[in-house]
Amino acid sequence: MRIDALDQENVRSPFQRALRVVFRDKAGVVGVLLFGIVLFSAIFAPYIAPHHPLQQNLRISRQVPAWQAGGDWEHPLGTDNLGRDMLSRIIYGSRVSLTVGFFGVLISMSLGMILGLVAGYVGGRTDNIIMGIANLFLAIPYLLLVVVVAAVLGRSLFNVIMIFGLTNAPLFVRITRGEVLRIRKSGYVESATSIGARPGRIIFQHILPNLIGPLLTVATFEMSGMIFYEAGLGFLGLSVPPGVPSWGNMLAAGRQYIQFSPWIAAFPGLAIVFTSLGMNLLGDWLRDVLDPKMRRSA
Amino acid sequence: MQRYLFSRLIQSALLMVGVLVITFFMVRLTGDPARVMTPRDASPERVEAMREAMGFNDPLIVQFTRYMGGAARGDFGRSLHYRAPAMSLVIQRVPATIELTLAAMGFALLFAIPLGVFGGSRPGSIWDTLARGFGLLGQTVPNFWLALMLIVVFAVDLGWFPSFGRSGPISIVLPAVALGFFPLGQFVRLVRSATLEVRGEDYIRTAYSKGIEERAVLGRHVFRNVSITLVSIVGVQFGYMLGGSIYIESIFSWPGIGRMINEAVQARDFPLVQAIAVFSAGFVVVLNLLTDVAYALIDPRIRYED
Repeated sequence: MRIDALDQENVRSPFQRALRVVFRDKAGVVGVLLFGIVLFSAIFAPYIAPHHPLQQNLRISRQVPAWQAGGDWEHPLGTDNLGRDMLSRIIYGSRVSLTVGFFGVLISMSLGMILGLVAGYVGGRTDNIIMGIANLFLAIPYLLLVVVVAAVLGRSLFNVIMIFGLTNAPLFVRITRGEVLRIRKSGYVESATSIGARPGRIIFQHILPNLIGPLLTVATFEMSGMIFYEAGLGFLGLSVPPGVPSWGNMLAAGRQYIQFSPWIAAFPGLAIVFTSLGMNLLGDWLRDVLDPKMRRSA
Repeated sequence: MQRYLFSRLIQSALLMVGVLVITFFMVRLTGDPARVMTPRDASPERVEAMREAMGFNDPLIVQFTRYMGGAARGDFGRSLHYRAPAMSLVIQRVPATIELTLAAMGFALLFAIPLGVFGGSRPGSIWDTLARGFGLLGQTVPNFWLALMLIVVFAVDLGWFPSFGRSGPISIVLPAVALGFFPLGQFVRLVRSATLEVRGEDYIRTAYSKGIEERAVLGRHVFRNVSITLVSIVGVQFGYMLGGSIYIESIFSWPGIGRMINEAVQARDFPLVQAIAVFSAGFVVVLNLLTDVAYALIDPRIRYED
């Protein structure tokens, strides 16, 4: 009933539009839900994890998940090679993933936005230099760049965040610049310029608000990508220090026991799929809400 | 066309110079490359010996000139681990990686094209659901995890395929599927949306109204249009797979460049790492150049853009 009512009204405010799209797009709801669960476990990890993630008990090492013969609900997802509770480690692991994803995107988006704005707005030689450097970094296979820099700098959370923050900035530079060029050509910026608006006013009043939509959408996908790559670096032994419970570190450890204890590698991977599914659905939905051109409504 | 070609060539050459500069500074990020290239528990004497042997005591500009001069001759120094010229070690590993990448690309295209065309031509059908599902899964399933799970199911449990090594055509199946899964998702998305778009065009409707069979319409008209869009993304995906091969080749012990990077990084063999980085970036640059030229040949508008 409510959906019908919303559909018939001529809904204008972005909030109402968002509501309407949420109700229509079940995938969006699922995305918000999945991401919400991950966010919740990251924030409240100490309260919901049944065990301490580092607590070892070699007597119960590599215990199978609860639903298999020989498992018990004391350790619902079983234990790893050192008898640590899998579920608790996965819950704590979400902290590393989300921290890297969030701060990595924050750094790369801020940096990329500033440089992209400058390149797109100033143009000329400045534009050539900024874009030349951005394209140079985009020419190197991304994973290779990240792996090598991580290997040189060594394992730490700070390093991983900085690596993703800096290496991902060129992408945001390119997108911001493209949007700026597009917006500058639009009628309202031209008319603002023609009535003598200062560059500062044009940038903050006309260009920035238009950038938020596309950048936020890309940010969601990129955050999902960084969670992916962080786990990948962990898998190669190049992310956070080995003692920290992270999904990548868990996968790396699980790889050695893949033949007889496949769950040790299976569950952290499922956690990555879960998170990235949530973020991708969320991103698709954001694109629908924030980018009027892409909206599905007829 | 010649002018366009010339300017693209210059651009690519500049990119390669940039790549060399980056790889030079990459190993010097911490300020002490000798420390980076020796084991963590190495004695100060050993670090000093490395510093001397690698010429890190010379002024930076001398080191830089030496590096660039060597690179111009194809000389990237000697691998610390193998004690052999780094670039020739890389070249030896290239065929295995190309073989794997081509197999993965073949797998991805083979599944993505029919899935995308059928899905896009019948929105809401089971094909469409499948196409959208694979499009999403390709982006959300990490290939290193997929590789492990493929081993669990198809190598350990079922015993259909070997879990590692490069021996005979059957050993390439699992690594190719794992590596091709991400491109598969990307291709399905692209083909599906391109098909959806083309579906509404006049000439497709005309073809249908002339009474041409659906299979013929899809094959002759829809797919031909979609394939142009595919060309633009195939090159990009090759570059991506070069990165993805780091995991896949390590997991399956596939003797290519990807596994070599992982081994070189673990052994702190950075001259070898530099050589691999330069080679891979060069590969991507050449690939992009070829894609652009192919595109300019097909579509004359591109040459005159700038």
